[in-house]
Amino acid sequence: MANMLANIFGSSPVRPLERHMDIVYRCAKKLRPFMNAVIRRDLKRMTEVRSQIEALEHEADNLKKEIRINMPKSLFMPVPREDLLELLLVQDKIANRTKDVSGVIFGRKMKIPKQIAPQFMEFVDRNIDAAKQARKSVRELDELFTAGFKGAEVALVTDMIEELDRIETHTDEQQTVLRSALFEIEKTLDPIDAMFLYEVIELTGEIADMAERVGRRLELLLS
Amino acid sequence: MEAQYIYIGLAAAFGLFMAWGIGANDVANAMATSVGSKALTIKQAILVAAIFEFAGAVLAGGAVTSTIRKGIVDTDLLSGSPELLVYGMLAALLAAATWLLIASRNGWPVSTTHSIVGAIVGFAAVGIGIDAVQWGKVGTIVMSWVISPVTAGFIAYLIYRSVQKLILSQDDPLARAKRYVPVYMFLAAFTITLVTILKGLKHVGLEISLRDSYILATVIAFGIALLGAVVINRIQPDPKAEKSQHFYTVERVFGVLMVITACGMAFAHGSNDVANAIGPLAAVIGVATTGSIAAKSSLPIWVLMLGGAGIVIGLATFGRHVIATVGKKITQLTPSRGFAAELAAATTIVIASGTGIPISTTHTLVGAVLGVGMARGIEAIDLRVVARILVSWVVTIPAGAILAILFFFVFKAVLP
Repeated sequence: MANMLANIFGSSPVRPLERHMDIVYRCAKKLRPFMNAVIRRDLKRMTEVRSQIEALEHEADNLKKEIRINMPKSLFMPVPREDLLELLLVQDKIANRTKDVSGVIFGRKMKIPKQIAPQFMEFVDRNIDAAKQARKSVRELDELFTAGFKGAEVALVTDMIEELDRIETHTDEQQTVLRSALFEIEKTLDPIDAMFLYEVIELTGEIADMAERVGRRLELLLS
Repeated sequence: MEAQYIYIGLAAAFGLFMAWGIGANDVANAMATSVGSKALTIKQAILVAAIFEFAGAVLAGGAVTSTIRKGIVDTDLLSGSPELLVYGMLAALLAAATWLLIASRNGWPVSTTHSIVGAIVGFAAVGIGIDAVQWGKVGTIVMSWVISPVTAGFIAYLIYRSVQKLILSQDDPLARAKRYVPVYMFLAAFTITLVTILKGLKHVGLEISLRDSYILATVIAFGIALLGAVVINRIQPDPKAEKSQHFYTVERVFGVLMVITACGMAFAHGSNDVANAIGPLAAVIGVATTGSIAAKSSLPIWVLMLGGAGIVIGLATFGRHVIATVGKKITQLTPSRGFAAELAAATTIVIASGTGIPISTTHTLVGAVLGVGMARGIEAIDLRVVARILVSWVVTIPAGAILAILFFFVFKAVLP
């Protein structure tokens, strides 16, 4: 018999959302070995990591589609369905930006000038930190549902989001410094290369921006 | 004289089949959450369910059984032709069983209670006459089908809100859970025991005074809570599966509580649903052995035991599979949520059983789950399925009735 009790439960989006964020973070994290390879001019390693990034971005994309399909309008949930879908979307954008950054660098066989390389790596690291903090916050989703979006658990997540904001602000500062460092040496570079370096810095910074927007979306769920 | 053996034999066979079906399908609802959350293994769940379903059927199943047996059909009208009641009850059993079979083939969510009550009303109204139905009583029963899920939902909402407030939203939910869960255990055990003693036991021939009932229920509930507290205190947090709020371990604490509410749910289920199988059987036996409609004749205890045994057989043969399947699908019903739903449903059902009202135990449980959902407790409820349940709620009654009318005229023509 169609069991009534079993069937009234729609498939919960909570664990899949956490899983999606895990994949997204694993994707963003790959930017570190990728950039290292770029700086070392190690083409073989670049190709290898680039394809890993593509695979992870693809995996995240597939899971995103699956989650959407499993969230029909008829679901009754403690939080608005739209908010969860928005959260999913910004999570996914972290992986998209990672892919964009690596794609531009790889496609144009770009080099990072030695003078700004250390600063650039720090900037990348901090953006990955932002993604990591976003993952940490999203991982609290199931506890938030358990706690009914109330009390101590909410305070815990709010703290996590504040930390995420601090990291994002830091990346903004780094980005300004990095841009002026690039400005100092841009005359020595090929003009088009210089333009694309600005572009890459911009795209990389968007990883932290998207991570911060993950925080904003979570905050909406808490209110 | 041989005819009476045919009647009793047929009724017993149909009744056993119904009881088997109830055991195979519906018991899973009571036990699946405990299995799904690993509070019980499937073997333990079947054992626990067998004991409490049987106890519920025998100790507290009498009142509902007598409603099915003689509360729906006005037997006074039949004193001249008692065989009509026999045909009718046989037809009702067969109709309900057939309808359940058709429904399960097509995957429709159907209530056993609605089928059997629809069938009895059907044969009585058409086969005997509109006046043969005690419409007042039927009205009460149908009203209770609306009221029971709503009540269970409301109670579940309140219980779960209290859990959120007292435990889940606090700074140290684990310490809170260890303190408050035994209180919930006491409440669960107390309510179910008290209602059973007050309303159920007189059908078994036990009379306990009101004061003694309260004392007995308190003592039993206190013993259970104490035992539960001992078990709970031995639960230690598992550092590997843990985050700062210890919800993983908190759920394990609630898991102990859910074993108790699952027992309560199995008991409640047995007490209400056994009547669907053996109520008509009891009516047939009453007529066949005395040759007349003896409204005063008492319910033989062996009939209740037969129903209980049928449920246990169903549970033992198919229940294992159904429990496992359902358990996998309802992982959202974690122990902290599942216990709230089960306690609310069990309380509502046991009160209905004590008052002799046949209600749908599954609908009541679904109502309770929705109540937890209203308290922001369930991650995703599929409203399409809830709508489908409402539709089957309405369709089942005429379907059971039409089949019963058909079978009634067949039996009237064929049987001696």
